[in-house]
Amino acid sequence: MEVPILKQGEFLIATIQAALSDADLEHLRMALIQRVVRFRSRAVIVDVTAMDVMDSFASRTLKEIAQMIRLRGAETVIVGIQPEVAFAMVQLGITLESVATALDLEEGLAYLGQRFRNFN
Amino acid sequence: MPTRDSTSRISGRYPQATEDPSELLRELVAHLRQHRTQLREEWVARISETRLLTAMTKEEIFAEATSVYDSYVEALETETFEALQAYARNLSERIIPRGVETHEVVGIVLLLRDVLARSLFAKYQTDFEKLNRILDAYEPAANRIANTVAVGFVQERERVIRQQQEAILQLSTPVLQVRERLLILPIIGVIDPQRARQLTEQLLRGIRTNRAKVVVIDITGVAAMDVTVANHLVQTVEASRLLGATVIVTGLSPEIAQTLVTIGVDLGKMNTVGDLQGGIEQAERLLGYKVVPASESPQ
Repeated sequence: MEVPILKQGEFLIATIQAALSDADLEHLRMALIQRVVRFRSRAVIVDVTAMDVMDSFASRTLKEIAQMIRLRGAETVIVGIQPEVAFAMVQLGITLESVATALDLEEGLAYLGQRFRNFN
Repeated sequence: MPTRDSTSRISGRYPQATEDPSELLRELVAHLRQHRTQLREEWVARISETRLLTAMTKEEIFAEATSVYDSYVEALETETFEALQAYARNLSERIIPRGVETHEVVGIVLLLRDVLARSLFAKYQTDFEKLNRILDAYEPAANRIANTVAVGFVQERERVIRQQQEAILQLSTPVLQVRERLLILPIIGVIDPQRARQLTEQLLRGIRTNRAKVVVIDITGVAAMDVTVANHLVQTVEASRLLGATVIVTGLSPEIAQTLVTIGVDLGKMNTVGDLQGGIEQAERLLGYKVVPASESPQ
């Protein structure tokens, strides 16, 4: 199942819509780090609202995506983590410390809008 | 005389097989009714002697003893225990809030059993056969009474405990919105792992439904914290961040601060402010609010 990646102004938005296999996740990672420079995006939003479970591979991949995108000169915001998922992740020791997070897509866009407004 | 004695013994033994146990109980009950005042006083004396029911006054003990005695005799007479059970429950309801313990309640019922048994020994000391049969009738009933009262007391106590637990669970975790996107979670009292889990669940759900950006957790009312709970608090802070909310913890007492540093819980990632007011002020700054007196605000 491929994850659609939408271009919205200066941002890329990837909305995960169902449970992903490890291969899907790797594919998503590759697609994002390729396109972020191709579209000259300043930030990537990954929306995980539809994910009811997040295993350690998925969490690690999200973290890696964020790190790789930083190396490609952009920023990542993870949005829509479910409350139960959030606590389960923390209990597994996955805190995504270096990654920005927001409640949902709207919040994520607001966060980035404010951040880049201050930048300019 | 010897002849009479032997005949009475024979006639005493003869009806043994046919003698109705309830007949014996009736005789027993008559005895207990007849010596009610004396036995009851003896019992009350034994109660104060063994220092039971110290939470109650002498008059109260006497009044309760009278009711218990009468219910006891009634239970023996009717061989039904519902009334006694109801009385035991009612009694428990009244005395549990005053701190009467299980061992005291069981103790007084056993004392009564002993006092009554002694009086039977005294009454039938010349007729050992009869005493045996009376005891055969008395003991099972007495044991059942003791059992009924003890179970009634414990059940009532458990009911009270369950009720209080539910009340605490319902009361203990208000998640309050004080401003748009600002939640407060005041925690009061002891936090055990179960309550900590409930707090976290309610907070994370509250963040989602109120779309909160900042949460102030106030633990002024928490007297002590152990490693498990402290780690849970850290996890709650991290989980809140995953939902995009910043957590400010306020009101850490000197004791808790000492404990946390001593046991080595890493609070480095936690945003702490001295008191709730300071916490709310910082939260307002984070949210871009500025609170000024009305007189100073530009019109």
